[in-house]
Amino acid sequence: MSAAPSQDNAARTGIIARAVIYSLLILFAVYYLLPLYVMVVNSLKPLDEIRQGQMLDLPSTWTIEPWLSAWSTAQIGVSPTGLKPYFLNSILMVVPAVAVSTLLGALNGYVLTKWRFRGDNMVFGLMLLACFIPFQIVLIPSARILGELGLAGTVTGLVLIHVVYGLGFTTLFFRNYYEAFPTELVRAAQIDGASFFQIFRRILLPSSGPIIVVTVIWQFTNIWNDFLFGASFADFDSIPITVALNNLVNSSTGVKEYNVHFAGAVLAALPTLVVYIVSGRYFVRGLMAGAVKG
Amino acid sequence: MTQTQAEIVPVLTQGADRGARETLQEWLPKLVLAPSFALILLFVYGFILFTAVLSFTGSKLLPDFSTWVGFGNYVRLFNHPNWIVSLKNLAIFSVLYIAVCTVLGLGLAILLDQKIRGEGFLRPIYLYPMALSFFVTGVAWKWFLDPSIGLEHVMHTWGWESFSFRWIKEGKMAIYTIVIAAVWQSSGFVMAMFLAGLRGVDNEVIKAAQIDGASTVMIYRRIIIPLMRPVFLSAFVVLAHLAIKSYDLVVAMTDGGPGTATWVPALFMQKFTFGRNEMAMGASSAIIMMMMIFSIIVPYLYSELRGGRRS
Amino acid sequence: MSFLQIQNLEKSFGATRILKGVTLEIEEGGFLVLVGPSGCGKSTLLNTIAGLEPITSGEIRIGGRRVNDLHPSKRDIAMVFQSYALYPNMTVAQNIAFGMEIRGVPKPERDKAIADVASLLQIGHLLDRKPSQLSGGQRQRVAMGRALVRDPQVFLFDEPLSNLDAKLRIDMRTEIKRLHQRMGTTIVYVTHDQIEAMTLATKIAVLKDGILQQFGTPAEIYNNPVNMFVADFMGSPAMNLVPATIGGNGSGLTVNFEREGRPPVSLAVTDPPSGLAGFKGKKVVFGVRPEALTDPDGADRNASSTATADLHIEVVEPAGSDTFAVTNLGGKGVVARLRADANVQPGTVTPLTFNLTKTVFFDPATENRIH
Repeated sequence: MSAAPSQDNAARTGIIARAVIYSLLILFAVYYLLPLYVMVVNSLKPLDEIRQGQMLDLPSTWTIEPWLSAWSTAQIGVSPTGLKPYFLNSILMVVPAVAVSTLLGALNGYVLTKWRFRGDNMVFGLMLLACFIPFQIVLIPSARILGELGLAGTVTGLVLIHVVYGLGFTTLFFRNYYEAFPTELVRAAQIDGASFFQIFRRILLPSSGPIIVVTVIWQFTNIWNDFLFGASFADFDSIPITVALNNLVNSSTGVKEYNVHFAGAVLAALPTLVVYIVSGRYFVRGLMAGAVKG
Repeated sequence: MTQTQAEIVPVLTQGADRGARETLQEWLPKLVLAPSFALILLFVYGFILFTAVLSFTGSKLLPDFSTWVGFGNYVRLFNHPNWIVSLKNLAIFSVLYIAVCTVLGLGLAILLDQKIRGEGFLRPIYLYPMALSFFVTGVAWKWFLDPSIGLEHVMHTWGWESFSFRWIKEGKMAIYTIVIAAVWQSSGFVMAMFLAGLRGVDNEVIKAAQIDGASTVMIYRRIIIPLMRPVFLSAFVVLAHLAIKSYDLVVAMTDGGPGTATWVPALFMQKFTFGRNEMAMGASSAIIMMMMIFSIIVPYLYSELRGGRRS
Repeated sequence: MSFLQIQNLEKSFGATRILKGVTLEIEEGGFLVLVGPSGCGKSTLLNTIAGLEPITSGEIRIGGRRVNDLHPSKRDIAMVFQSYALYPNMTVAQNIAFGMEIRGVPKPERDKAIADVASLLQIGHLLDRKPSQLSGGQRQRVAMGRALVRDPQVFLFDEPLSNLDAKLRIDMRTEIKRLHQRMGTTIVYVTHDQIEAMTLATKIAVLKDGILQQFGTPAEIYNNPVNMFVADFMGSPAMNLVPATIGGNGSGLTVNFEREGRPPVSLAVTDPPSGLAGFKGKKVVFGVRPEALTDPDGADRNASSTATADLHIEVVEPAGSDTFAVTNLGGKGVVARLRADANVQPGTVTPLTFNLTKTVFFDPATENRIH
C-alpha cells in the first residue's frame, strides 16, 4: 500500500516495526503470566526449597504435598480442616445463587422488553443503578435484616444477598439481549394464543442459549470471587473459599508455609480459571455486557 | 374458507370467563417483575436510606436512632486523618489505575490489531487475570513484591546484590504496588474492550485514509482513536467504579499497612464500622463513597438509556 | 352490513395521538389496503385490529361482534408480519401448527391441516426445515401458511412484501391476489407502496399523521383525490401539482401558468367544478397526472375536453414503454407522458395536450380539492 521512494527501505522498517511489536507483546505476556507461574511453581516445591532457592526456579523436588495440605489438613483459623469444607460452602452458595438470579433476570428482561408498561424505563434504571452501588453502603442494614430473618451466618443468607445484588446485572444482560429479539415473534405467538409463560418458555427461552451462558459465567465468577459479603456475613459453617484463603495466609500461628499458601490461592482461583479456559469467548462477552454496551 | 357458525360460537362462550383471565394476563408481567423490583427497592434503596439516616446518628456498636448528631459524623469524618489519607490514596490509585489501564489496554489492542500471528494465543493470556478475584490477585502480588521471597530476592540470587524494590513495605510507595496489581488484573479487560472497538471500525474509512496518503500512525491518531470515544467512556465508567469499590485487593496485599499508608475509603468504612465500633462514621463514609460513584454513573446511565431509546 | 367496522378509533401513547378518530369499514370478502408514509399510523391501526395494542377510544367490530377487549387469539384473525416472525427454534411444520398446538388440537388433525396448507402454497418439501434455512420468498410462504391454517375471518398483512427483492415482490403480489380471489376471505393489508395498494385493493384507506385522508376504491382514490396529499402520494410518476392562477374570459374560466423567461400559458377550462368560480383572480394548485399531459397524437380520444399548448421541453427520459418529458410551468418541473416513439428533443418547443377531464384543482391554503 505504501508508495515509499525505496521499497527496500520500507520493507526493512516494516520488519523492524514488526519485531518491536512482537517483542512488546511477548514482554506483556510474561508480565501477565508471571504471578500465576510463581504461584503454581512454588505450590509444587517443598518449603525449604522456597526459602533457600528462589521463586522463579522450577522445583528440583516436585511434590504435591502442599496441595494435599491446603485441601484437607492446613490450619484455617482455629481448626486444621484445609480448604475443603469452605470450597464446598462456596459451591453450596454459588449454585443456587446463580440459578435463581439468572432465572429472575431472564424473566425481568422479558417483561421489560416485551411487556412494556408506563414507567418501565424508570424501573430498569433503578435496577441498573443498583449494580454500581458500593456494597459498603448496604452492609449494616443487610447484617441486621439477615439477623431478623434468622439467616445470619447461614449459606441461605449469603445466597439471598448474592441474588439480590446480582439481579441488576442479570436483568441488564437479558434486557439487552431480548431488546434485539424481534417483538413480532411475540405478537405472532399472542395471535397463536400462547400465554405469557408459554411465550417465554416456547419462543424466547429456546433462543436464549448464548445470553444464559454469559450470565451464568458472570454471576458464577462474581459470586465465587466475592470477599466482602463473605467476610461480613459468613459464620463458621458458611465461610466461602475466599475468606478461608484469607484465614489461611494470615494465620499467625507457626511457620509461614508459603507452598501451602500458594496451593491454596490456586485452589481458590481454580473454578473461575477453568470456566475462563473452557468458555473464554462467552466470558469476554459477559464482561463487555457488564460495561452496559449493547 | 369463510367463517362458519361453529367457529364463532365457542369463541363467544369463552367471553364469559374472559374478565378474570384477561385481567390476570394483563397483570402477570408486572407480577413477575414485582418481587425483583421489591427486593431491589428494599435491599438497595431502602438500605441506602437506612445508612443515610444512620450517618446522622451517634451509633457506635449497634444502630442507635435515639441520639441525633446532624452532620457531626461528616464533620468528624473530614477532620479524621485516616479518612484524608484514604481519600488521597483513592485519588492516587484511581487516577493511575484508570490512566494506566486505558493506555495499556489501548496500546495492547492496537498492537494485537496488526494482524499478529498467534493472536488467539496471546489474547487469553492478557485477559485471564480478570477471572481471578481481586483477593487472589492481591495475595499473588503480595508475595511477588515481598522483598524476602519475591522480586528483590530473585534479583539478589541472580547476582544483582544492590537491587532494591521494597515499595510494599514503604509507607510512601505502598499504594503504588496496589496500582501495579490492580492494573495487572484489569488491563486485559480494557484491552478486550478496545480490541472489539477497533474491530468494529468501518474498513472503508481506513481505506479512504490510506488513499489520501495517511501513514498508519496518522490513521490511528486522527481517525481510529477518536472513533473509540464510546469505548473510552465505558472503560472509564467501569474502572472508576471498580476503583472506588476496591477493597479486597487492599486487604489481601497490605490490609491498609504499613500503618495507615494504604487505607482507602472502602477499607476505612469496614475498619471503622466493624473494627472500631464507629458505625455512624462508617455509614457516613459509605454515603460519601456512593455519592462519588453516582456522580460518575448516573450521568452515564442517563445518556446510555436515552441513546438506547433513540435507536 | 359491513364485515369489519372501525368507528372513531383513537389511539394515544401518553400525550401523543397516533390515530385521530379513524372510521372505516369493509364488506365481507373485501380487500382493504391501508396506505400512507411511514409514521402515518397504518401499522398501529392494523395492530389495534389484531388486538396487539389497546385502543384509547372507539370501537372495532368483526362480523358484527365487538372485539375491543378481546385477546388477539380470540378475534378470529390471522396475521402475516413484515419480518414474517417465524419462530426460529421450530421447523416449518411446527411453526404452522403452533397455534393449533396451543389450542389443544389433536395431532392427526394438525398434521392434516399442515398438509393441506403445504400443498396449497407448495411448501411441502420445506416442512422439516428451520426458518434460517429458507430463502426470503420461502419464509414469506411459510408465514402465509401459518396464517392460512387458522382459517380466520380476517387476514391481516403488515407490509408483507417489503423485505423481498423487486422481482419476487411482484410475483408474491400476484400470488396474494390469487389466494384472495380463491378463498374470498376478508383481508386488511398495510403497505407504504402505492402500487401494491392500487393493484391489490378493493378499498384503499390513505392515512397521514393518524388522520384518514381518503377512503374509497382504487379508481376513486386515483381519479378523485380529495386533497393534495392523496394526489401526490398515489400514482407513479406522481401527479403534477402546478401553481396557477384562475382568470376569466367572459363567462368561462381560464387557468394561467407563469413561466420563467417566457410568456405565461393560459388554458380555457371547460366544465369547471362549481367551486372554482370563487377563485377567480386567486391562486390555485392545478393537478394533472402525467398520462393526462401527452403529445397531441397520444391524447385520449374519448376525452370530452382537451387543450393544447406549446411547451418548452427541458429533459427527456425514455423509459421503454413510454417516454417522459419534463417541462416547466409555474416554476415547477412538470412531467408529461408521451408515446415511446414520440420525437421530442430537450431544448425544443413541442405542443402538448392536456386532458382537461382528468385534471383537478386544489385550494393552496387548505390543500383540499376544489369541487
